[in-house]
Amino acid sequence: MAVYKRTYKAYEGALTPAWSRFLILPRSAYGRLLQSKFLVMYLVACFFFPLGCVAFIYASHNLSFLAAMNIPAGPLLKVDDGFFQFFCGFQAGMAVLLTAFVGPGLVAPDLANNALPLYFCRPFTRAEYVFGKMSLLLALLSAITWVPGLVLFLVQSSLAGTAWARENIWIAISIFESLLVWDIVLCLIALALSAWVKWRIAAGGAILAVFFAGAGFGTAVNAIVRTDYGSLFDLRKVIGLIFSEMFRDTAVQAVPVSDAWTALALTCAISLWLLSKRVKAFEVVK
Amino acid sequence: MTPPGATPVVDLDGLGVRFGKRDILKDLRVSLSGRTIGLLGPNGAGKSTLIQTLVGFVRPNSGTARVLGHDIRRDPKPIRSLVGYMPENDSFISEMSAVSFTRMMGELSGLPRDAALERAHEALFYVGLGEARYRLLGTYSLGMKQLAKLAQAIVHGPRLLILDEPTNGLDPPARTRMIALIKEMRESNQMHLLICSHLLRDVEETCEQVLILKQGRIVHCSNLEEERRANQRFVELEAYGPHDGFVDALAKLGCTCETIGNNGAGLGRIKMTLPPGLEVREIYRLAAERDLQLRRLNYRRDTLEEIFLKAMET
Repeated sequence: MAVYKRTYKAYEGALTPAWSRFLILPRSAYGRLLQSKFLVMYLVACFFFPLGCVAFIYASHNLSFLAAMNIPAGPLLKVDDGFFQFFCGFQAGMAVLLTAFVGPGLVAPDLANNALPLYFCRPFTRAEYVFGKMSLLLALLSAITWVPGLVLFLVQSSLAGTAWARENIWIAISIFESLLVWDIVLCLIALALSAWVKWRIAAGGAILAVFFAGAGFGTAVNAIVRTDYGSLFDLRKVIGLIFSEMFRDTAVQAVPVSDAWTALALTCAISLWLLSKRVKAFEVVK
Repeated sequence: MTPPGATPVVDLDGLGVRFGKRDILKDLRVSLSGRTIGLLGPNGAGKSTLIQTLVGFVRPNSGTARVLGHDIRRDPKPIRSLVGYMPENDSFISEMSAVSFTRMMGELSGLPRDAALERAHEALFYVGLGEARYRLLGTYSLGMKQLAKLAQAIVHGPRLLILDEPTNGLDPPARTRMIALIKEMRESNQMHLLICSHLLRDVEETCEQVLILKQGRIVHCSNLEEERRANQRFVELEAYGPHDGFVDALAKLGCTCETIGNNGAGLGRIKMTLPPGLEVREIYRLAAERDLQLRRLNYRRDTLEEIFLKAMET
């Protein structure tokens, strides 16, 4: 059909279902996002450790191969809950850096260019906007966290047998749940900071500051007040506590896991509140 | 303002909006059903707030409004499906090309992917950005950005197009082009237009109905066509020579005359109001019969400017 039409005509065709429209935001953003070579390289780098883990699992089930290569096997080559917990911790750290890189570009450009009225003058709500923007980062984070985690579990299950898989299915559930929670927390922090800091580099720095400055502040609080609750300002420690609970780590923790959950919930609530303050069609200037 | 039985385009029913302790809109009551409606008022009159309330950005504190029969309190989503909105300020995503941006806006309005792409191309060609549609919006000039905003507002084929200061910051050729586009869309009979502007000329050229706000209240609402028909016509002329007989002859034709200055042989000014049906050429004829020199003649109708100024005095 010709595109060169100089007369105005109304649209009379079918409309898409309203629930699916939030997916338009990530779809239109991926193309622009993946133009960044640095991001593509970092995404590739995020799969090095999972690939190494696959090799590790393979080696642990092929001791004759190790013997042939004159590599001592020993008890180190054990694939258990601790192995998966370490995997989750490592990939959670990679996810923080990915968030710092992708997060600033989520809401800040729309605010900088005053584009929000154009979204919200359509049958598109603020919740759909936030969900759409969040799904962009969530998909990327999922691709480097719980998805490879579950792939590792499947590889281990295929090599160790169905009996092992049946006995350890809780590990798969823990991988999925703990990393999904972490991904959601990261997404909300990134969205909130992206909504408040319009300059991208500053927003990226602010995201990293939440983790690194939070850790420093938590350590300072612990030292000054002589408590362990300052660790709740360190989100990496908080998620570490949650991982330890999810993976049934029996080591005694200085801070109750329930408090770690509360800290995460509070972080999410603050992020949503910050978002609700900024993601508006227009602002009343006092 | 709305014929019996017809659904008004905009129906304000005691609408009131307050920001903090300040009343921005106060008890607005009017029913508008023109093809093109002009929203006028001085800066701070509440024009933009009224538009933002109609598209659901602002929640009214009292009363309500209906847009194309849908209540803004109960049905904001159906209203947004039917409305296209061109905001006053720069609104775009600088890292997107015009066609990607317009397509995304079409998709957000519910158009399927392929239809949105096709309509995006059509809308951009229609507003005159066809050749520049693959350029990034951040590289556009102010006039081009205005046109891109118009393209995103019409991409989904709205039934009501709301334009907030559409000629803001445009140079004369770009303004002429924007006015021509607005007229063309009006003539298409496929949508209503609500044009908010503080430029009387823009509204006068494009609108058939006008609503004037002042300090959040409606001070005037009328059909411009009817006003134009009913409004008086004025002539002010400078004549050289004795013009007593000339003034009497004009009075016999039904003109209301006022003489200023010299009635004798020198230069004098006459201000008159023409009765309906009397052509200006009659004045020339009477002057020629009396061998009276007309040095200057200004003819004007009661324009929107007068209507606006009268409304501002109330």
